[in-house]
Amino acid sequence: MNESMDDGWPGGEGFRDYLARRGVTRRDFLSFCGRMAVLFGAASLPGGGRAFAKDVAERLSGAKRPSVIYLQLQECTGCVESLLRSGSSPVDRLILEQISLDYNELLMAPSGTAAEEVLKEAEGRPHLLLVNGSVPLNDDGVYCTIGGDSALNVLKRAAQKASAVIAVGACAEYGCVQAASPNLTGAVGVSDVITDRPVVNISGCPPIAETITATLTYYLAYGHPPPLDGNGRPLFAYGQRIHDKCPRRASFDAGQFADSFDDDNARQGHCLYRLGCKGPATFAPCATVEWNMGQSFPIKAGHPCLGCTERHFYDRMTPFYERLPGFMVPGLGVEATANTIGIAAVAASVGGVAVHSAATVIAKKRAKKAQPETLPLAVLGDTEKREEQDKKT
Amino acid sequence: MASERIVIDPITRIEGHLRIELEADNGRIGDAWACATQFRGIERVLQGRDPRDAWAFAQRICGVCTGVHAIASIRAVEDAIKCKIPPCAELIRNLVSGMATLQDHVMHFYHLHALDWVDVMSALKADPAATSRLAASVSPWPNNSATWYAEVQKRVAASAEGGLGIFSGGYWGHPAYRLPPEANLMALAHYLEALSWQRDIIRLHTIFAGKNPHPNYLVGGMGCSINLNNQITVNQVRLDEMAGMIDQAKRFVLEVYYPDVLAIASFYPDYAAIGASSPNLMATGESAWSCSGAPAGGVFPAALLMDGNYGTAHPFDSKRVAEFVSSAWYSQPEGDRQGLHPWQGRTEPRYTGPKPPFKQLSDHPKYTWCKAPRYDGRAVQVGPNARIMVAVAQGHAETVQLAKEGLGKLHAGIEALNSTLGRTYCRALESVILARRMDQWFAQLNERIKSGDTATFNKERWEPSSWPKQAQGMGFMEAARGTLSHWIEIENGRIARYQAVVPSTWNSSGRDPGGQRGPYEEALAGGGKHPLVDAKRPLEVLRTIHSFDPCISCAVHVLVPGGSGVEVKVR
Repeated sequence: MNESMDDGWPGGEGFRDYLARRGVTRRDFLSFCGRMAVLFGAASLPGGGRAFAKDVAERLSGAKRPSVIYLQLQECTGCVESLLRSGSSPVDRLILEQISLDYNELLMAPSGTAAEEVLKEAEGRPHLLLVNGSVPLNDDGVYCTIGGDSALNVLKRAAQKASAVIAVGACAEYGCVQAASPNLTGAVGVSDVITDRPVVNISGCPPIAETITATLTYYLAYGHPPPLDGNGRPLFAYGQRIHDKCPRRASFDAGQFADSFDDDNARQGHCLYRLGCKGPATFAPCATVEWNMGQSFPIKAGHPCLGCTERHFYDRMTPFYERLPGFMVPGLGVEATANTIGIAAVAASVGGVAVHSAATVIAKKRAKKAQPETLPLAVLGDTEKREEQDKKT
Repeated sequence: MASERIVIDPITRIEGHLRIELEADNGRIGDAWACATQFRGIERVLQGRDPRDAWAFAQRICGVCTGVHAIASIRAVEDAIKCKIPPCAELIRNLVSGMATLQDHVMHFYHLHALDWVDVMSALKADPAATSRLAASVSPWPNNSATWYAEVQKRVAASAEGGLGIFSGGYWGHPAYRLPPEANLMALAHYLEALSWQRDIIRLHTIFAGKNPHPNYLVGGMGCSINLNNQITVNQVRLDEMAGMIDQAKRFVLEVYYPDVLAIASFYPDYAAIGASSPNLMATGESAWSCSGAPAGGVFPAALLMDGNYGTAHPFDSKRVAEFVSSAWYSQPEGDRQGLHPWQGRTEPRYTGPKPPFKQLSDHPKYTWCKAPRYDGRAVQVGPNARIMVAVAQGHAETVQLAKEGLGKLHAGIEALNSTLGRTYCRALESVILARRMDQWFAQLNERIKSGDTATFNKERWEPSSWPKQAQGMGFMEAARGTLSHWIEIENGRIARYQAVVPSTWNSSGRDPGGQRGPYEEALAGGGKHPLVDAKRPLEVLRTIHSFDPCISCAVHVLVPGGSGVEVKVR
């Protein structure tokens, strides 16, 4: 695409006309949409790549610059930081040309009452609502207050006139580390509070930047979320396990494993499964999109996957350096077992797709989960497994 | 004129949730309260976990200070289990921490702090050609042309037609803004360039540690392997990429960030005497430096400057650290007036503030989730200015030379570094030093690879069966925002206690039992001279608070309750 830019895109003008005025040819624009379609095409969609690219082009041409409120609740700012690393939709282009980012506490100019006035004005009109961070419910919400009010109340007000709600990151999806046992603050995800409509979950701790931006541009192009899995996650990003696309997969299939960090097998780039890799149980685009503008991702860099896109990974995927529960000794049915876990997860996703058209049903079911999810702490109960592990070693 | 009670909540352009309450009269601040309004309980989550996993939990304390808590955590574990790491792992950690700190400092200046000094709307009235001449006079940075500045103006102006976005509601036109339009435009252009720069250079994390934010670490070393003969490991392609990133990082620091700080500072010289805070400052090493165990110092020893005597360095003794909860929403068996050493505390969260929504917190004895650490009973500032001042006091030649040059341009003495402007300037100064250090570390890494010393992991202490039944450890790191320490106690292979004493806990703490203000509070209210011309547009307050680079998610933590029957001995 022509990188020379002489002006931003003012609201009110159609995107197609804006592009024409900037000298961007239709061919350049289609090429851009083709690259976006490759990302979206990670999941199966009708029409195939070529038709899909054309579809994106046609819809984006008519998009307006929508108002975006981006709340940061009980969190660590890692998700906004991730967004700032985006390469395919750089954040300066995003906030100057594609959206009007009216409220975001990390970047916005005003503070205090001026910031509250900006938020109040933005809340009063249709907007996209992005949320980082969990919602602590215990003790009247005193564990996170903004502008003197609880995160819970801030979220509810912002959601009233929101055209769409996108929960960005594991904290906003279900609570993440503060929701890990013992969950002192009663941290829950956005969809546990906003129960009258579907919430899109962009999972991960944090999510890869491009999965955030691509979900936004999908909304801009189509006016509705991309197809979702059973956890409300976009299929283009969460429709496949890391294990399915891992560059170390050939070593896994061949039974070549690192037995210790930085041993001879690790130096040959072999599989990290025996070091505790959670790739077989984790749906995420790390192996395809990769991190930080396609530079690499944890497994490729030599560290096992922690499973951070899966709910309650701090309780379900720990101890991080031990193999997934139930995995057999490599060489004897290991692939079958890995696939069994993977298949079960796929079934859940497929089920989710099947009921996507009944999104309200999903939302109503979630209403029953308003109480914080606190799963049993696996590590405190795995004495037997540890003893077994000791016997094996 | 009656004294006004002013509330600023949220304080934006920081990490986490901070509320400032003030009393002001006649355009001056009379008193201040710093209220951290978020609590997550991560250290409590850590109890009972595998110590080798602790870094991944601690990491999520902060996504802006990404990496630093993981480093301090694994240093603490390695201290406890007596694990040494290979030299290459040490160098890789340094490079990762160094790049994180450089990125953090640059992003702080342009994306969190610049809008306090730079009037964006004024930038739109600037003459691009005059802007280019101004830029050429302060730096050789090649991306400098009237065409580029005109483009920046057009982009922002056209964007504004569709809604000001993040610039909406800003205090544009406030009389405290003093830069000429051309300086505003130059800074605005660099704001945008810094956004591109930061995502490019941070890829060094992705090569060594898989991703950013929240790179991956490993007790005993690093997960990555070095093998020049393999496609997937750290090989020559990766090394070449990193060489480019390090050069890019260094060049932006030397040719954009550092010159901009000095240029903008020249328009605000009075801020070298505004925002002075605690006369006690502490540093355990230079920026990005970390260690297991009690800090012995890197290129200069760990030390404190006490009671405003900036020429005398006192040895750091970790036993003198104590934390108070007299103004914080916690309870402890020893009562609110007792300070507890990190090894001794048994604190539980106990909110006694008003039910939200509320209008005021400062009319309650307790008003924050942030504890009040003290050293020998004194409130202490930590951060870049503390590091620079401690280094100067100890005669560290490189720091002394650079500080002299900078202070000369600002026509100021060493005491000016304890100010709003001093904090901001010291961040840029130490970035220059750190950029050089990155070159050195990278050269050393390449030398080791050349000589065949490529080990990145020490497996001797990996298995819990190799650990003593009980072990205590501490890890220290000089994070972007100051002195960070993590403290761990391990019993039977599990975490029994976990504590973090965090830079922003030191700096954003509330009052202690003696009524001594924390550093943010003192910076605003000490001496009664801090300006606040317009209570509805508290630009001056933001300048001073942002000069500390707050991180409130980091600042608030809670100590794990002690196990039964264990007598803890302070090391």
